[in-house]
Amino acid sequence: MSKMTGAQAIVKCLQEEGVNTIFGFPGGAVIDLYDELLDSDIKHVLVRHEQGAVHAADGYARATGKTGVALLTSGPGATNGVTGIATAYMDSIPIVVFTGQVPRALIGNDAFQEVDIVGITRPCTKHNYLVSDPDDLVPIIREAFYIASSGRPGPVLIDLPKDVVAATIRFPEKKKVRMQTYQPNYEPHPGQVDKACRAIAKAKRPVLYIGGGVILSDAHKELTELAEKTTIPVTMTLMGLGGFPGTNPLSMGMLGMHGSYASNMAVAKSDLLIAVGARFDDRITGRLDAFAPHAKIIHIDIDPTSISKNVEVDIPIVADCKLALRAMNSWFDDWAEFDARAFADKHQPWLEQIKEWNEKHPLTYQQEGDVIKPQYVIEKLGELTGGDAIITTEVGQNQMWTAQFYKFNKPRHLLTSGGLGTMGYGLPAAIGAKLAFPDAMVIDVAGDGSIQMNIQELATAKQYGANVKVVILNNNYLGMVRQWQELFYNRRYSATVMEVTPDFVELAKAYGAAGLRAKTRDEVEAVLKEGLATDNVVIMDFAISREEGVFPMVPAGKATTEMLLV
Amino acid sequence: MKHTLSVLLQNKPGALSRVTGLFSGRGFNIESLCVAETLDPKVSCLTLVTRGDEGIIEQITKQLHKLIDVIKVSDVSEGEFVEREMVLIRVKAEAGTRAEVLRVIDIFRGKVVDVSPTTYAVEVTGPESKIKAVIDILRPIGIKEIVRTGTIAMARAPKK
Ligand SMILES: Cc1ncc(C[n+]2csc(CCOP(=O)(O)OP(=O)(O)O)c2C)c(N)n1
Ligand SMILES: [Mg+2]
Repeated sequence: MSKMTGAQAIVKCLQEEGVNTIFGFPGGAVIDLYDELLDSDIKHVLVRHEQGAVHAADGYARATGKTGVALLTSGPGATNGVTGIATAYMDSIPIVVFTGQVPRALIGNDAFQEVDIVGITRPCTKHNYLVSDPDDLVPIIREAFYIASSGRPGPVLIDLPKDVVAATIRFPEKKKVRMQTYQPNYEPHPGQVDKACRAIAKAKRPVLYIGGGVILSDAHKELTELAEKTTIPVTMTLMGLGGFPGTNPLSMGMLGMHGSYASNMAVAKSDLLIAVGARFDDRITGRLDAFAPHAKIIHIDIDPTSISKNVEVDIPIVADCKLALRAMNSWFDDWAEFDARAFADKHQPWLEQIKEWNEKHPLTYQQEGDVIKPQYVIEKLGELTGGDAIITTEVGQNQMWTAQFYKFNKPRHLLTSGGLGTMGYGLPAAIGAKLAFPDAMVIDVAGDGSIQMNIQELATAKQYGANVKVVILNNNYLGMVRQWQELFYNRRYSATVMEVTPDFVELAKAYGAAGLRAKTRDEVEAVLKEGLATDNVVIMDFAISREEGVFPMVPAGKATTEMLLV
Repeated sequence: MKHTLSVLLQNKPGALSRVTGLFSGRGFNIESLCVAETLDPKVSCLTLVTRGDEGIIEQITKQLHKLIDVIKVSDVSEGEFVEREMVLIRVKAEAGTRAEVLRVIDIFRGKVVDVSPTTYAVEVTGPESKIKAVIDILRPIGIKEIVRTGTIAMARAPKK
């Protein structure tokens, strides 16, 4: 065991974990660690606000599947990161957040920039630590990375008292982390797999309902294999988009509050719902007693608490989605009588029905005059990028139009704050993704409101040459809230009109980025083409039809079949 | 339905607040809570009395399991179990009632643990129902102060 400072040990642990990029913002409590970072080969990305650091680490993690890392100072640095941590927690994203803390002797004394960040983040981390003994530092960091990335992933926070980081410690040999109290189960129970496959064999109107778990466990191939082998239509949650190709004929698109008519109808009429890595969130189920009322429910999830939390499940499979789907695929392969053609024939009437629903109420919008329809911008963006770009979003209508009109074919290509719905997520997350994949086209689809929540990160993007593109669907409203006010509050637009909005084109220029604007429909394509081709950070400001709504819409608390349509 | 859960958790700072935070954050109720070290000083045992239908108790159990510091969760009220609670009651004991208090305490197999010219402090242990009964009987005499421990519980050993 060699001796070194806590700061050196932290850097060494990061190297052990294969971390090459971290996102952070310095301060007195972490200055020792920053001093050490200067001599290391780890790239530190200086953000402009700590929320941005955590979102960037989160975007990095979502795009790569690796654990993202953020480093914040004590007090306000740590509290600024909380929204980012809660965002990652709700979407089960593996990140490790290091926060500085006052020296141990001062903890509890209301010292300068002291805050009980472990207490504050207890309910929004998978686990967290205050390192109170320098000898625990290395084992804690190793445990933190293990916990963040295993089982159902999530954020882990490590609070580092300044004197612990400065202390001299012995660096223990690396060994595999084993924890008595935490042993996630990955393997599906063969008996449950058997039951599930038999139910599938019997079903007449099955639906695969897939969520973020499919992407987190890299199960898209296995999922696609199962869907195609058994000819089962697939619907995705917001987090599940890209877990199954959006252009596959079996795809029904998204379900839930702003899901497609066909998806919601199919779930309502199905006799077997196969939920994979999804958690029956209220935005998906609508009124619970009307959700999939005729269906037997199979639920595959690695987290036992997700099972039967909101909806009673008939056949639970607590396992890693990938392994469970693989086992189901093998079950069918090993079944002597299995005949894919027979399944296709058996499900033909069901697919016909779905097609009919799709034709009756497709995802659509009405073009009026030469105004820019936001859906058109997203469609064009899909065309011009071939559906290959990594798309991040902000929150609100911009997010829902992206989910509806961009056809995601690959996993880890939509990075969006689903569970927490955090405005301000998209730009820093895009920077994280771009730094992970410098050659990828990375685009933040934004609203005029959300983009202002972390617009300072344009400077970060410029500093590190993270040439992300920002597509602002500018309606001069907090559009999604306005839509609710229009529909349910008598058009009383309380606090949703953005009376002052900066000139985003000029603002981009002030940051050294490029700014472009389109005001009419026929300018859209040219602006997108130019923006995508420009070798710089680019803001494209699209003045969209201001009171456009997102449809279909299931009003909160209603059955998912009670959709408001275009 | 009332359930008594026995939770083994790592004796670490913050571990208890993870448990209580889980209950408040998710809107589960806690009727009583008792914690102390086990034979292994690195592990504490927490007895928790809660109420809820089957689904809620299942969620509580699973959510507790999910906490990294939790080692084991068992619903002791699922089978045969013994439960005990202790109460300390300071009750008025004046000329006319001193003998009456002693009689009551005797019936409940309690003990007097502190005496003043006008009060007795008494100790009674037993299941919750017995604690409730002794309180009900002493109340008309005049209870000045009361402190209860909350329930601790243990599953009965298998008969064979
Ligand atoms: C941090 C945060 N604050 C408030 C909200 C509530 N909210 C949800 S959507 C929305 C409007 C967003 O406006 P904009 O970014 O312009 O997007 P649009 O809906 O107009 O596309 C608001 C305020 C939120 N999701 N996040
Ligand atoms: Mg807007």
